[in-house]
Amino acid sequence: MRTRAEANRQRWAIAGVAIAVLLLSLVLQSAYFEQVLAEVLLWAVLSLGWNILCGYGGYSSFGHAVFWGLGAYTVGLAMIDLNLTPWVSIPFCAVVGAVAGALIGYPTFRLRGHYFGLAMLAYPLAMLPIFNWLGYQELALPMKRGEAAIAYMQFDDPRIYVVLALALMVGALAISLWVENSRFGMALTAIKQNEPAAEAAGIDTWKWKMLALMLSGAMSSVAGGLYAVLLLVLTPDTLFGILASAQALILALFGGVGSLWGPVIGAFVLVPLAEGLNAQLGNVLPGIQGVVYGVAIIAIILLAPEGVYWRVLDRLGRGKKPAPRGETVPAVPAAPVIALPHPREAAGGDLLVLKNVGIAFGGLRALDQIDLAVPEGSLYGIIGPNGAGKTTLFNVINGFLTPGSGSITFDGEAITGMRPSRVCRRGIGRTFQVVRSFSRMSVLENVIVGAYVGAPDDTAARNMALAALDRVGLSARADAIAGGLTTRELRLMELARALAPNPRLMLLDETLAGLGHDDLDGILGAIRQLRADGITVLIIEHTMQAMVNLVDHFTVLDHGRLIAGGKPHDVVRDPRVIEAYLGKKWVERVAATAN
Amino acid sequence: MSFTLVDFLQALSTGILVGSTYALMCVGLGIIFGAMRVINFAQGDFLMLGMYAAFYLTTGYGVLMFMGPYAGPIAGAFLAGPIVFCVGWLVHRFIMSRVTGAGAEASQGGGAYGQILTTLGLSLILQNGALIVFGSSPTAIRTPLSHSSFEIGEVLLNRGRCVSFVVAVLVAAAVYLFLGHTRLGKGLRAAADNPQAAIYMGIDDTRAHRLAWSLGVGITAVAGGLVASNQSFQPYTGFDFVIVMYAGVVLGGLGSALGAFWGGLLIGIVQQMSPLVFPYQLQNTCIFVVFLLIIFLRPQGLFGRLSERT
Repeated sequence: MRTRAEANRQRWAIAGVAIAVLLLSLVLQSAYFEQVLAEVLLWAVLSLGWNILCGYGGYSSFGHAVFWGLGAYTVGLAMIDLNLTPWVSIPFCAVVGAVAGALIGYPTFRLRGHYFGLAMLAYPLAMLPIFNWLGYQELALPMKRGEAAIAYMQFDDPRIYVVLALALMVGALAISLWVENSRFGMALTAIKQNEPAAEAAGIDTWKWKMLALMLSGAMSSVAGGLYAVLLLVLTPDTLFGILASAQALILALFGGVGSLWGPVIGAFVLVPLAEGLNAQLGNVLPGIQGVVYGVAIIAIILLAPEGVYWRVLDRLGRGKKPAPRGETVPAVPAAPVIALPHPREAAGGDLLVLKNVGIAFGGLRALDQIDLAVPEGSLYGIIGPNGAGKTTLFNVINGFLTPGSGSITFDGEAITGMRPSRVCRRGIGRTFQVVRSFSRMSVLENVIVGAYVGAPDDTAARNMALAALDRVGLSARADAIAGGLTTRELRLMELARALAPNPRLMLLDETLAGLGHDDLDGILGAIRQLRADGITVLIIEHTMQAMVNLVDHFTVLDHGRLIAGGKPHDVVRDPRVIEAYLGKKWVERVAATAN
Repeated sequence: MSFTLVDFLQALSTGILVGSTYALMCVGLGIIFGAMRVINFAQGDFLMLGMYAAFYLTTGYGVLMFMGPYAGPIAGAFLAGPIVFCVGWLVHRFIMSRVTGAGAEASQGGGAYGQILTTLGLSLILQNGALIVFGSSPTAIRTPLSHSSFEIGEVLLNRGRCVSFVVAVLVAAAVYLFLGHTRLGKGLRAAADNPQAAIYMGIDDTRAHRLAWSLGVGITAVAGGLVASNQSFQPYTGFDFVIVMYAGVVLGGLGSALGAFWGGLLIGIVQQMSPLVFPYQLQNTCIFVVFLLIIFLRPQGLFGRLSERT
């Protein structure tokens, strides 16, 4: 997320570019150049649309031509069959694109990574034969004359097309800027960097991804709609073909993926380059323009694999930024943990209740008949050897897994099988055994993502995040990039992220693992403070030592079953527990010494 | 929508014959994806190179003319493999190795963006380079085989396609044995399964990638050589097959060579049988519908593991 001043600077930059394009269109003398300029702007809009889902959200789509083509054919068919003017049908393309996005996203978001990208590739290529079959191999827009021409967007002066396309591009840039600076963009960035962590932090990943695809589709379709007016003759191959899909990502990747200006840079460099090569060399030696274009793309990628925009930014930024990511900053001594001014009143009773919960993976019963009641206000520990099913238990509670049997209630309400983001919004925060951070975001941003769940607006989220960082004693590192933190700092950051929305129950997954002796004390202090603030804590560990002194209830999990529970010092003497940890031999020896 | 049993058997057998060459090209792509996790958009263009290689070996310059019109095209298809293998080797050595492997992992998104752009660039160069060198008019390898058929009852089996079927299955079987039973092949599979662990076990991942890449495009080129004697082609033919290949590979489960084979075969069968029910022009739409259905119902593909996709 940017600061307000930066966002303002971007707004001025957009205005500046718009004026520059207008001046350029006044200077250009030929209708051909004006046409190329308008096309550049429209391809930039398509690519900006692609960038919303794929650049910010990290879901690469190889099939954005489906929106582009649907937009173009909407305008064409509306004009031919309904005699509808593009002035009406082009805005309507936004609806077409959004609906197509929803229909495509609904099934396709079940897939991730390469599978998602390749499934997206199939949509435009499935449309292509359909439009051919319907008889739209060459759909010509009817020519209008006189006054009707303007009513149907057919202008003598090609500069008007440039102005229209420019308006779309400015709109697309404004939308992108708004996305970048809102909760929407933050959610997409979190999804891109670590989707499970985003979901566990209360972000409804499904909703945001769908919205991103719908917005992305709407932008691409509108651009396709205006492109139809420019082309006048529509063929499925040019609109749905793989080249159109490829162009959307080539431009964004070339310019710099996930940046406001990347797609624009890509369009302004590559589209005229391809056009120029076509015009200059296409007749001399057919094919040479494609070879040169391909060589240019590869050359740039070898020089700047992350895209022109990021490369230039890195070059300019070098020497300016005092602490680049990853650089070690002198370790800040553990700040005292701050108590909440108004601790939550523990109402008593059981906050979390599991009844007969079981889950199996294939033939393995990972959890079997788990009955568990966590009293409100307690600090409850579950220990068990490696592979006992501890993390599975947390995954079942917070919704990553749906139990095969049994029920889970939180504060009297069933949460069995609920999505993690909804579980989080009910007031259950969690941390992970292996810290899941949004590694390219700052510590504060990481925590803000968590705070959104409980915050009415962005300012409140920021304040809650700052408060949470204060509570765990990590305020001094608020601006550091998460990727450069130590293990202790990462644990505290994750704790703060889960803590920010003020949950009622915290699930801590092996929070103490991998910490040295000195670091341990800081974390233990933070955990005790949670309880003092009235937050119920459920913590799992595989080492006994630290736990015995920390928790006030204690349960042992072994082979997916709870084998003993009670006060810590009683539990460690239970023969079943000794057997699970040390084997039968020790049980006998302990029994012998007791007698 | 009504069709006879003969129609059905005819479509099914043609589907299997056509599908076998699809299966072979899918195996090639599957090896590359399995080992390198790279989406190679230029795979279809290497296929096209294989077609032209086979074409010029059997006709044009006539290296294989002495083998006659029957054996010539088959030998040409076989030889297209090593030729394109060498091209692939050079392409990996000078271009792909810079955007894949350990070096690329440090950059944003594991270097995936750079890889996609690079293969798209390669695709442009190969297509348009072929246009300059070979011209734009469609050509085909003529063999009397493709004009005659075996008759089994009322079902006709094109002899050319039958020969292609045998060759494709043999090559695929050879690849399968190579991957499963040789040291080199096992190294490749190890590198595909867990690159990090493979490196720690002393497997040179750059070498493994280069071999996978070259082998992958080489195998696909053999399939191209086989297709070339049954249908005409031109420099832009590759794109049509990229889609078939990816559909097949995803169907089989990304990263599984055996799965890729069955996936490709299935695509061929669907393609040939869909006109029984749907308009002929919607052949390819049917492929995508089946493709989408399968990945929604069985996201890991027919042979893949679920862990692959998360």
